[in-house]
Amino acid sequence: MIFLELFITFFKIGLFTIGGGYAMIPLIQQEVVANQWLTITQLTDFIGVAESTPGPFAVNIATFVGMETAGLLGAFVTTLAVILPSFIIILIIAKAFVNFQSNKWVQGALFGMRPVVIGLIASAVFILMDNVLINHGASIADFEGFLQALKYKEIIIFGICCFIYFRFKLHPIKLIFLAGGLGMVFFGVLPLMFR
Amino acid sequence: MDGFGGGFNLKQIEKQGNKFKTLFLTFFKIGLFTFGGGYAMIPLIEYEIVERHKWIETKDILDIFAIAESTPGVIAINTATFVGYKVAGFWGSLLATLGVAIPSFVIISIISLFFVQFQNLEWVAYAFNGIRAGVIVLILGAVVKMGQKGQYNPLTIILLVLAFLLASFTQINVVFLILGGAIVGLVYQVLLKKNPANNNHEVKK
Repeated sequence: MIFLELFITFFKIGLFTIGGGYAMIPLIQQEVVANQWLTITQLTDFIGVAESTPGPFAVNIATFVGMETAGLLGAFVTTLAVILPSFIIILIIAKAFVNFQSNKWVQGALFGMRPVVIGLIASAVFILMDNVLINHGASIADFEGFLQALKYKEIIIFGICCFIYFRFKLHPIKLIFLAGGLGMVFFGVLPLMFR
Repeated sequence: MDGFGGGFNLKQIEKQGNKFKTLFLTFFKIGLFTFGGGYAMIPLIEYEIVERHKWIETKDILDIFAIAESTPGVIAINTATFVGYKVAGFWGSLLATLGVAIPSFVIISIISLFFVQFQNLEWVAYAFNGIRAGVIVLILGAVVKMGQKGQYNPLTIILLVLAFLLASFTQINVVFLILGGAIVGLVYQVLLKKNPANNNHEVKK
């Protein structure tokens, strides 16, 4: 039953997203790609879209995956599922725990979870780099093969984006547009010019 | 509204109704106009809830933001639920939460109807070749930002590296890694009587 699977998966994603936004990417990568609801490339593309459309990132991704896998009803189920854990947990906290933040159990758990989440997001970066910047089809037995294994255009774009994003603190939406523009230049304009 | 009983006069009911309406509209606006959710929505909430309507004091809203950030769940939803509840109880939290989620839902539903055809256009496909590389940079930025806020001792560094290695090179479910981190943190806190709370108050305020 696809709707039940979608619900459980996104409830889990909502529940274990700690630190917001990007913290859910490792989980989504694992759950959504393992279930073959999206390929890792589709997911990466959509992260770009979610970043340049309004609204919370998590809700955007949930709606998109639901829509792609099971239509409007699917989108409704995934969106509801990703929201529910937040809603329930916060209601309980708002009602029951006045000093939630200074509770030593909460502090202890968060103390251990924070570094794990950073490690997980770093791993998401690693997995995406492996997927986007490396061509796994090429054999790396010789130097020529090694060059083919590197998707040099993507690597150049990655380098330019890194420099500009970290040097000039560009807004994420602008970075997405810059990256898209560079993609058009490197894959569209330059091949036309040097045909 | 008859069931409201004698405790409420008409004016109070009207006031409550206004709160519901304003809460919904405020969070709808936040959902519609903030990109990326989470941190981006904080200034808007401050303006609408604290300055304009004076429903919550500055000191309390900061606590709410801090809790929303450190609690499991989507930060934007956490914040909406919490603010809604503080302002107008359960129904307030429901309306604020729906308000912040509905714009995303509608916009993304529409986009995904055309997304595949859109991506099949030659030049759009070129653009996405670049966007994929840009997305990695954004996520890398999140790692850097969170990394800067983190507190480091041998234990947290081991947890960070271990989580990275296990998630990158094994099939282990990341939920177990997060739970594992929680357990290690609890043991460290409770059994060893260390108190991370003391140096842990750098939660962004």
